[in-house]
Amino acid sequence: MYTRSLLGFAVTLTLALSARVAFAQTPNLGKPISPADIAAWDINVLPDGSGLPPGSGTPADGARIYAAKCSACHGPEGKGGVNGRLVGGDPIKIIDAEKTIANFWPFATTLFDYIRRAMPWPKPRSLTNEEVYALTAYILSLNKLIGENDAMNAQTLPKVRMPNQDGFIVRFPDRTP
Amino acid sequence: MTMTPSDRAERELKNLEAVAGNGLLHRRAFLRGGAALAGAMTGYTLVPSASGQQLADDAWSLVPGVTVPDYGTRSRFEKNVVRTLSNPKGEPRTQHARTPHHLLNGTFTPNGLHFVISHAGDPDIDPDKHRLVIHGLVKQSLVFTLDALARYPMVSRMAFVECGGNSAPLFSLEPIQASVQALHGLVSCAEWTGVLLSTLLDEAGIDPKAKWIVVEGGDPPHVSRSVPLAKAMDDAMIALYQNGERIMPGNGYPMRLLLPGWEGNMNTKWVRRIQLTEGPGMTFYEARTYAPVLPGGKAYRFYFIQEVKSFITHPSPGLALKGPGFYEISGIAYSGTGRIAKVMVSADGGKSWAQAALQQPVLNKAFTRFRVPWRWDGGPAVLQSRAWDEAGYEQPTRAQLVAARGETTRVPAVTGFPSQHYNAVTSWSIERGGEVKHVYA
Repeated sequence: MYTRSLLGFAVTLTLALSARVAFAQTPNLGKPISPADIAAWDINVLPDGSGLPPGSGTPADGARIYAAKCSACHGPEGKGGVNGRLVGGDPIKIIDAEKTIANFWPFATTLFDYIRRAMPWPKPRSLTNEEVYALTAYILSLNKLIGENDAMNAQTLPKVRMPNQDGFIVRFPDRTP
Repeated sequence: MTMTPSDRAERELKNLEAVAGNGLLHRRAFLRGGAALAGAMTGYTLVPSASGQQLADDAWSLVPGVTVPDYGTRSRFEKNVVRTLSNPKGEPRTQHARTPHHLLNGTFTPNGLHFVISHAGDPDIDPDKHRLVIHGLVKQSLVFTLDALARYPMVSRMAFVECGGNSAPLFSLEPIQASVQALHGLVSCAEWTGVLLSTLLDEAGIDPKAKWIVVEGGDPPHVSRSVPLAKAMDDAMIALYQNGERIMPGNGYPMRLLLPGWEGNMNTKWVRRIQLTEGPGMTFYEARTYAPVLPGGKAYRFYFIQEVKSFITHPSPGLALKGPGFYEISGIAYSGTGRIAKVMVSADGGKSWAQAALQQPVLNKAFTRFRVPWRWDGGPAVLQSRAWDEAGYEQPTRAQLVAARGETTRVPAVTGFPSQHYNAVTSWSIERGGEVKHVYA
């Protein structure tokens, strides 16, 4: 009996140790895919600007696109609409303060990433990269975070300093690389 | 005089000592008292022949019933057991469907009642055309079909999923009168079955520089969240099944990311793409929405974990008590950091506590049902539950949470999200007539 249970333990141990090896024996049914084939989905933009596409847009370009495609929900010039206002916002002092681009968003790249993936609400992914840059520039300009003639592109957008960039505390540092 | 079973139960009850104030009994009172007591406590058998009605066969017992359907649905008498909808007409904003915890029991949520948050409706995905791509800092970018994933070794686990904004109305400076569904309905628990994400990431070959995954759904807003690679390799799953059947459209059909115990929004539904990166994406939902503001104006970033929490579902607002007597207080406890270790229940607003029975099995990062017998004397009572988990975390009192996290400056809409990640104690006041109210105590 002793030998048998020892053997059982050894088998268990071996199985446990070989768990990672077992993964390698999975069907391996993932098919290689090239960057060109992923391109249409490859839309993540990171705070350092990685993922930003070629192209450029100015606040003036953005104002025209905004009037046609955004103002119905967000209101003329980024306020007064049924959905989240895009302009202004007092400095945050209370927990139930309205979080706005100007008073809260830490990175300007998030604006490009979110507009491109999610807006306009009824027709996401219908904007060209140039249009997304232009809308990003327009909204940043309305908030006086860039000049009214500043073009946004892969070089300029990551350099925009957002007022609340340093307003955050990482909740679980030991779990956050 | 001969003793009837009712008399014996009455005597048993009188012999029982309350273990905490206001009538809380020992959690094993049912077992100790035996069948007579159990009957007395659950069925009001102390009242002899209360119905005054002779039994007869009912109409449904006398004719053949309806044909068994190919997909079962619940009784037509259960039509009121539904989710509440924040945006029933599908206006251009987020939709929330909340789980009716006060009308359910046990530990898992039926698929049709699992909570849903959809930011632009539920996409109508053709599973044969859906693809999952893994790319970025990997040796080889890979694309998976659903058919391919179905051939991988699978695992099943119970896991709760909770919106980071669940219970947000309790940040209100005054208690909002609403049901447990309105207050806590953005959490549910299901058995999820699928492929461990680590299996797929290993197959792609992880570049040592990778520290995060940025995960994206195939829904219209292409909701995107960043997850530390360590969590992805620990217990993350590409889930394909929910309570045994394919995932419901609102919960991510045909596949979703499951991150047991972590903020609901990170459990990407309709998952279609995973990019391995050095840093986080700082996407809309992590940079803005799920970054709760603290008193003074700073905000937390990366509030990944749904911390230990419990609330009483029975009784709760809308489930009035029907006169003094015996009731079972029961509720749900769960933690994103492990198994529930202990739940204490108070009937006197936290002055004294009784340990609740935990229904087995108590599973890691899943709902645990707790129960405690209670004799309501008809007077005022304030019911609370408080949970501890195996990692040693304790559910805060509301005062403790407010001290650390603040409360609102005005009463928000019950459907509003003035802040995120509320896990403190909920208090129900029992009024003289048996009505249940939400209070702070």
